[in-house]
Amino acid sequence: MELILDTLGLAKSAELLSLSPPGWGGNLLRGLANSLQIALGAFGFGLVIGLFGASGKLHGGVVVRDLLAIYTTVIRAVPELVLILILYYVGTDLINQAASALGYGRVEISGVVAGIWVLGIVQGAYATEVLRGAIQAIPQGQIEAARAFGMPPLMLMRRVTIPAMMSYATPGLANLWLIATKDTALLAIVGFSELTLETRQAASSTRAYFTFFLAAGALYMIVTLFSGAIFARIEKWARRGQPSLREAGK
Amino acid sequence: MATPDVTASETPVQAEETEAIRVTDLHKSFGTLEVLKGVSLTAHKGDVVAIIGGSGSGKSTFLRCINFLETPSSGQIVINGEEVLMRPDGSPVKRRQIERIRTRLGMVFQAFNLWTHRTLLENVIEVPVHVLKVPRDKAIERAKELLERVGLGDKADTFPSYLSGGQQQRAAIARALAVDPSVMLFDEPTSALDPELVGEVLTVIRDLAAEGRTMLLVTHEMKFAREVATHVVYLFEGRIEEQGPPAEVFGNPKSARLQQFLKTVG
Repeated sequence: MELILDTLGLAKSAELLSLSPPGWGGNLLRGLANSLQIALGAFGFGLVIGLFGASGKLHGGVVVRDLLAIYTTVIRAVPELVLILILYYVGTDLINQAASALGYGRVEISGVVAGIWVLGIVQGAYATEVLRGAIQAIPQGQIEAARAFGMPPLMLMRRVTIPAMMSYATPGLANLWLIATKDTALLAIVGFSELTLETRQAASSTRAYFTFFLAAGALYMIVTLFSGAIFARIEKWARRGQPSLREAGK
Repeated sequence: MATPDVTASETPVQAEETEAIRVTDLHKSFGTLEVLKGVSLTAHKGDVVAIIGGSGSGKSTFLRCINFLETPSSGQIVINGEEVLMRPDGSPVKRRQIERIRTRLGMVFQAFNLWTHRTLLENVIEVPVHVLKVPRDKAIERAKELLERVGLGDKADTFPSYLSGGQQQRAAIARALAVDPSVMLFDEPTSALDPELVGEVLTVIRDLAAEGRTMLLVTHEMKFAREVATHVVYLFEGRIEEQGPPAEVFGNPKSARLQQFLKTVG
């Protein structure tokens, strides 16, 4: 192994990327773990917002629909980097003001929690639209049949609407998840030590920019490939019972 | 084969508890368009009421108002002696009451409306298990019997999209039977089917009629209506134009509109 690395001239890179100090590999992996943690949290939080947002847009009253329209329009109109700065500083400031008004001292806000909130709110706006489209794509008769047999609204949502919309929603949600993993890089701007910030620090300390950014790129790539495999399985499950277009074309 | 009992619904005084459905003066408007202009109908247990009429006559809307898939504008609906409490605008007062009543009314739709992400067996057990809280193994046992009965015993694990329209509609009938309904509502059950598939669905419905199930049947199949119905209602522009036993309505129509209608549908 060492021989191969030596002949390829990669011995120094391997040393820099080794998991234990003085190598920076451990820092990169910690950064990746932080990124994934935030991406998972934000994606989940966004899904919850999206589910309520989509229901609100489809079944809510005028006020609810207008408020949701403002939410999705504003969030999708402003660049995410700007949103992150606004939501992060405004959010932490508001919480601190509230805390001091209630007589507590300054509150230390964890970077992970802040990151999940900020990205979750962004994801929620997109998820609202993805899920709204998916719910509208369900043949109305299936919802009607459930109502005709006396299903109460929450059961109908759980047993019919959500499973039936999954096949329409999965491709859009897979996109959102991949965007979430990469949006975590934007949190570097507020000093959160996710993969991109860790990479930059390692690169600038060692001057081996190419090695570290290539390594970070490879890590993002692995996440993407792995996610692709998982979403392919989810989609296969969600589309159960529907003949594939390939078969239909034959 | 069922011998239509033409006298059953003509008996003037019936004891109250034999009433399955009593609808009084039902009105329904969509915006400014009045689709139902005061329809009254009583179905007794064991009756097979066929509702016929041209397109736009309000026959489907009438059926859908009975289980509140459409909210009536005004009127009174009594199902198995229980009055559905309605607000002045016709919407049900208690969601739970209408949900409970709906579980007693097995509905079969024109477009089948099976849940495509579930197999036939899962479709049939869905409402018994989740809404009626029947133990799962009991529901499965019953569902298998019902699928067997509609001739789909070997298709229990197939998804609806892989079946013909006739098979899907028979599965939908099994799904409706699974709740052991006191009244079955058929909303043009054969209108979406290819002509050669109509027969197999009608056979199933005919068997149900023969065993004395109470049914309301909106249909375009005049020959079938004449054969299985105990009572026929002809709707024209949201009103009952003529009604009576099938022999009368089909054999000796009094209203000119009904005569015209029967002539055009052959």
